Amino acid sequence: MHVDVFDQYHFTPSRVHDLDPRVKVLITVLFILSNALLPDGSWSAFALAWLLLLVANDQSGLGLGFTLKRSVVALPFTLVAVSAIFSPQGSPLAVWDLGFITLIPTDLGLIRFFSILVRSWLSVQIAILLVATTQFPDLLHALEHLRLPRTLTTIIAFLFRYLFVLTNEVFRILRAREARSAGLPGVKGGGKLSWRIKTTGSMVGQLFLRSYERSDRIYQSMISRGYIGHIRTLNPHHMERQDWLYLFVFILFLVIIQFVGWVS
Amino acid sequence: MNFSPAPLHIPDGFLTIVVSAIFWLITIVMVGLAVSKTNRSLGEKQIPIMGVMAAFIFAAQMLNFPIAGGTSGHFLGGTLAAIVLGPWAGILVMTAVVGIQALLFQDGGLLVMGANIFNMGILTAVIGYGLYRLVIHQKKGIRLAVAGGGAWIATMAAALFASLELWLSGTTRLEIVLPAMLGVHALIGLGEALITVAALAYIEQTRPDLLNLDNSAREGGWGWIVSGVVISLLAVLISPLASGNPDGLEKIASDLGFLGSGLDAPFQILPDYSIPFLGDTAISTILAGAVGAIVLIGLVVLLGRNLHRQKSD
Repeated sequence: MHVDVFDQYHFTPSRVHDLDPRVKVLITVLFILSNALLPDGSWSAFALAWLLLLVANDQSGLGLGFTLKRSVVALPFTLVAVSAIFSPQGSPLAVWDLGFITLIPTDLGLIRFFSILVRSWLSVQIAILLVATTQFPDLLHALEHLRLPRTLTTIIAFLFRYLFVLTNEVFRILRAREARSAGLPGVKGGGKLSWRIKTTGSMVGQLFLRSYERSDRIYQSMISRGYIGHIRTLNPHHMERQDWLYLFVFILFLVIIQFVGWVS
Repeated sequence: MNFSPAPLHIPDGFLTIVVSAIFWLITIVMVGLAVSKTNRSLGEKQIPIMGVMAAFIFAAQMLNFPIAGGTSGHFLGGTLAAIVLGPWAGILVMTAVVGIQALLFQDGGLLVMGANIFNMGILTAVIGYGLYRLVIHQKKGIRLAVAGGGAWIATMAAALFASLELWLSGTTRLEIVLPAMLGVHALIGLGEALITVAALAYIEQTRPDLLNLDNSAREGGWGWIVSGVVISLLAVLISPLASGNPDGLEKIASDLGFLGSGLDAPFQILPDYSIPFLGDTAISTILAGAVGAIVLIGLVVLLGRNLHRQKSD
């Protein structure tokens, strides 16, 4: 498997790519926070937030619709929020009697549902933009600067590094299962459910042992190459004037969005 | 690539700020404790191992197996991690897994990550390890059975808490979502339990030295057992009560002051609490949430200190 299956980083030379990772992390979190703070049904503020997102997309050089395409990942979860439509507050719009349960959609419920949808959709997009314009080691470095404990960032750095290696290991194990599972055409292979579970459990156990033994070897070789307890990066992080400017302008926009959301 | 988002990863926008903040605070306290424990009691060697183990959990979640009717069970891994690596390391490993799923794949949100880590990392570690620790000196059969039971309960508890968080945020109606979530996760949890048992049995057969029971018992003491058993009991008791009689839970919640009678702003979980000169704004709500959160932190810190004393005994 090729390495970039998991890596969401897309390089194009752009201002957004050049920004300090800390600024990008802060902007992302503040944007999501701002969406969460907006009251239900403040559509003009949501529209402004979307506009801001489009500008950010454009500035990143990845194209206006870049984050839109990938934002479908959040869709399956919207199913959970559907029940908000039947919120008891607000005036009923219809009565659906399904026999075992009677559902009454209300106007406030509908507003709530769509507000949740829009918030989630906007928030997912800025997170997509963050990982598409920031290399993962830089992102971790930024989180470390933002006071995330080094133990945790180092664990995540190792997780990221060995994700690809262990995924390949999974594919090897799956290929081995395929190779040993001959079947006649048209006849369903495999044993009973209990047999399948035992097989999957053994695969998980096998993967665990291989990972564990590999981590031991990794540690030994890291020690012999001068590992001192944490991972270092060559990219220095300096806040330039441009970084401060972007941060300031972005926060200003968020304040305006909040103002529009709460006043109108 | 079979990469289906599990229904437990709550995205941004589905939880209100107050609920997110409360669970962030609990998570920060627990993860902070886990970090300081790890720094103190484990060598630096443990950190690369935990990283690779986190990658293992992530990779193992791809191994899914077909159940009936086109659905497939897949593995969450929290219980296995807590049993094999110890509870604190288990929490750190699951935090890393949930964190990278949110950061890299947008599988779960950033602002709500505290709640996701709590549901999938902390609850599973407390329940999975707590129950297992109770029977750690028993025969292999009993241990495996309890590990499986713990994995099932942990999955159900995660689903229960996710439902409660969504409900407190005014995102869902409890009487609709809770039975659905618990129903789905009763099956998912079964898969989780069976794989956990099978994987543990396999590891015990091939590398019994990795499951050093005395070491594992030293990792956590009675505090884990008590919290594991209490939270499991709570989850087991609340779930049928809540899904069979959601009005009852709603009544308890409103009696406790969690739900306002008006509920005009669905995100207000402390409705009677508003700061006079700020009026009924988001800031006032945040402050109200912060007060609740501080109380919670106090409780968690007390619990943590208690755990620490248990350990040093």
